[in-house]
Amino acid sequence: MRHTLRNIAASLLLGSTLATSAIAADITLLNVSYDPTRELYQEYNAAFAKHWKAKTGDTVTVKQSHGGSGKQARAVIDGLEADVVTLALAYDVAALHEKGKLIPADWQKRLKHNASPYTSTIVFLVRKGNPKGIKDWNDLTKPGVEVVTPNPKTSGGARWNYLAAWGYALKQPGGSDATAKEFVRKLFANVKVLDSGARGSLTTFAERGIGDVFISWENEAYLAVKELGPEKFDLVTPSMSILAEPPVSVVDKVVDKRGTRAVATAYLEYLYSPEGQDIAGKHYYRPIDPTVAAKYSGQYAKVSLFSIDDVFGGWDKAQKAHFSDGGVFDQITVR
Amino acid sequence: MAAVTSLHAAVDHAARFETRSATREPTWIKWTIVGVSLTFFTLFLLMPLIAVFVEAFRKGWDTYLAALIEPDALSAIQLTLIAAAIAVPLNLSFGVAAAWAITKFEFPGKQVLITLIDLPFSVSPVVAGLIYVLVFGAQGWFGSSLADNDIKIIFAVPGIVLATVFVTFPFVARELIPLMQAQGKEEEEAAVVLGASGWQTFWHVTLPNIKWGLLYGVILCNARAMGEFGAVSVVSGHIRGLTNTMPLHVEILYNEYQFAAAFAVASVLALLALVTLCIKTWIEHQAAKTKEES
Repeated sequence: MRHTLRNIAASLLLGSTLATSAIAADITLLNVSYDPTRELYQEYNAAFAKHWKAKTGDTVTVKQSHGGSGKQARAVIDGLEADVVTLALAYDVAALHEKGKLIPADWQKRLKHNASPYTSTIVFLVRKGNPKGIKDWNDLTKPGVEVVTPNPKTSGGARWNYLAAWGYALKQPGGSDATAKEFVRKLFANVKVLDSGARGSLTTFAERGIGDVFISWENEAYLAVKELGPEKFDLVTPSMSILAEPPVSVVDKVVDKRGTRAVATAYLEYLYSPEGQDIAGKHYYRPIDPTVAAKYSGQYAKVSLFSIDDVFGGWDKAQKAHFSDGGVFDQITVR
Repeated sequence: MAAVTSLHAAVDHAARFETRSATREPTWIKWTIVGVSLTFFTLFLLMPLIAVFVEAFRKGWDTYLAALIEPDALSAIQLTLIAAAIAVPLNLSFGVAAAWAITKFEFPGKQVLITLIDLPFSVSPVVAGLIYVLVFGAQGWFGSSLADNDIKIIFAVPGIVLATVFVTFPFVARELIPLMQAQGKEEEEAAVVLGASGWQTFWHVTLPNIKWGLLYGVILCNARAMGEFGAVSVVSGHIRGLTNTMPLHVEILYNEYQFAAAFAVASVLALLALVTLCIKTWIEHQAAKTKEES
């Protein structure tokens, strides 16, 4: 016992001296990200550090901060010194321009593919054996089905969930804005718990055992099945869903102040490299590189995807119409 | 000393209460009440505590230790200790000064001061954190001047210390004010009449009278400083290895499905709480003894 205590004390001391010397000699980046990317960036950061060391000889340590996408954007605007942001949706990154003047207006043009190095979509996680027989979006509006999703007001993933349901209803025969609104109203009437972020919702569904179906990021759902046990959950891919593009950006004001622009840009560009794409695929994101995408295509079910630009005319319009105060989401959730 | 000795007084009181036939309840009522309180105690206090340790050691001693000496965990422990080491002495000096001022002097605004000391108790910790974001954040009052001078307050260690100081502000003062009010100022007046200086009066007369209450306040203050979640969460920015305290680290580990590690760190917090409780009980005991002797 005394021995282990001494070990702990020794490593405490060692830890503190290492930390100070690391800051003095090397580059540290801060990547502010959203909830489900924890495992992805843990692996990617190590890979990039190796790549950068081989290329330049510098040691780069990437620190991570995770939380609900909207909340994280708010923190960066309030002064959290992120060199790069990797958030859930373009609207949250755009807020850095609009509210904080931290990045230029054309930030999304600076990297390929709308600055989204990987995509994802929205699927369902259900209890093993799918006791409620959930196959598609319309099953979520049936009476007696309990739905778990985070709150679209605070969670990026939840906004994708909401828009995916809306798009599905719109694309049904005879679909219109009115039928879509009614469809989404019925769906949210079945929602029992609105957590603030995707991880909180998953905990509600998986650990607390609340709800029959959890509307989830595809990567998060695969990860949950893998981490929490395939014997507990099934993954259901609906017939149709939304193409989610989580964008990334360098935070110009921060990198210029800290002198880290070169390495921060390289950090994001490396996400597009075969190795970066492979890591994304391994963590159940959909790589955009066709070769890497082909390698991982077997792990996802077939689903027809529509984009936010096609159905909603982009994030600005979708945000204003649906999620602003008094918008459609507020109207349908008034009880 | 009222708060400190109340539990021991209660024990004596219970004995007297039961020996009188007029106040004696039928046995079944007595045991129902005892049963109810013990059930609640087991359900809401004992079981969670045991669960923390069971979960922490579920994957064995090695996993437990590995979770604690992992760099992010170490930095969280370090930051928690730093925050407490700054917040507790600060609030100790403030608490003594405030209690002294309030109980020994008459001055305008005294009532306001007494009320304001309680503010951190009555306001939600989230609001406490947001106050600092609004004042020191990039969009806040001092945001641009702080950025120009490259001073980081929120999303860095100073912000965490500030938030901790704020939420633990009332503990020492709250403990001392009733105590010093009850004791009055006669002893100090006597000391001054006998020629003692202000410092001598404090050191030889006031401090011995309040030492147990003071220690009690410090311990409560320390416990809260180490366990604070809400306010610290708002100003932390959640940067792993830099601005995560132990409670924040526990949440992160739990959300990453590392349940054994989460509970391992939680068990350290629980252990700190238990040690605090033991010291607190010992102090209560000592205080009661001192009172009996006098």
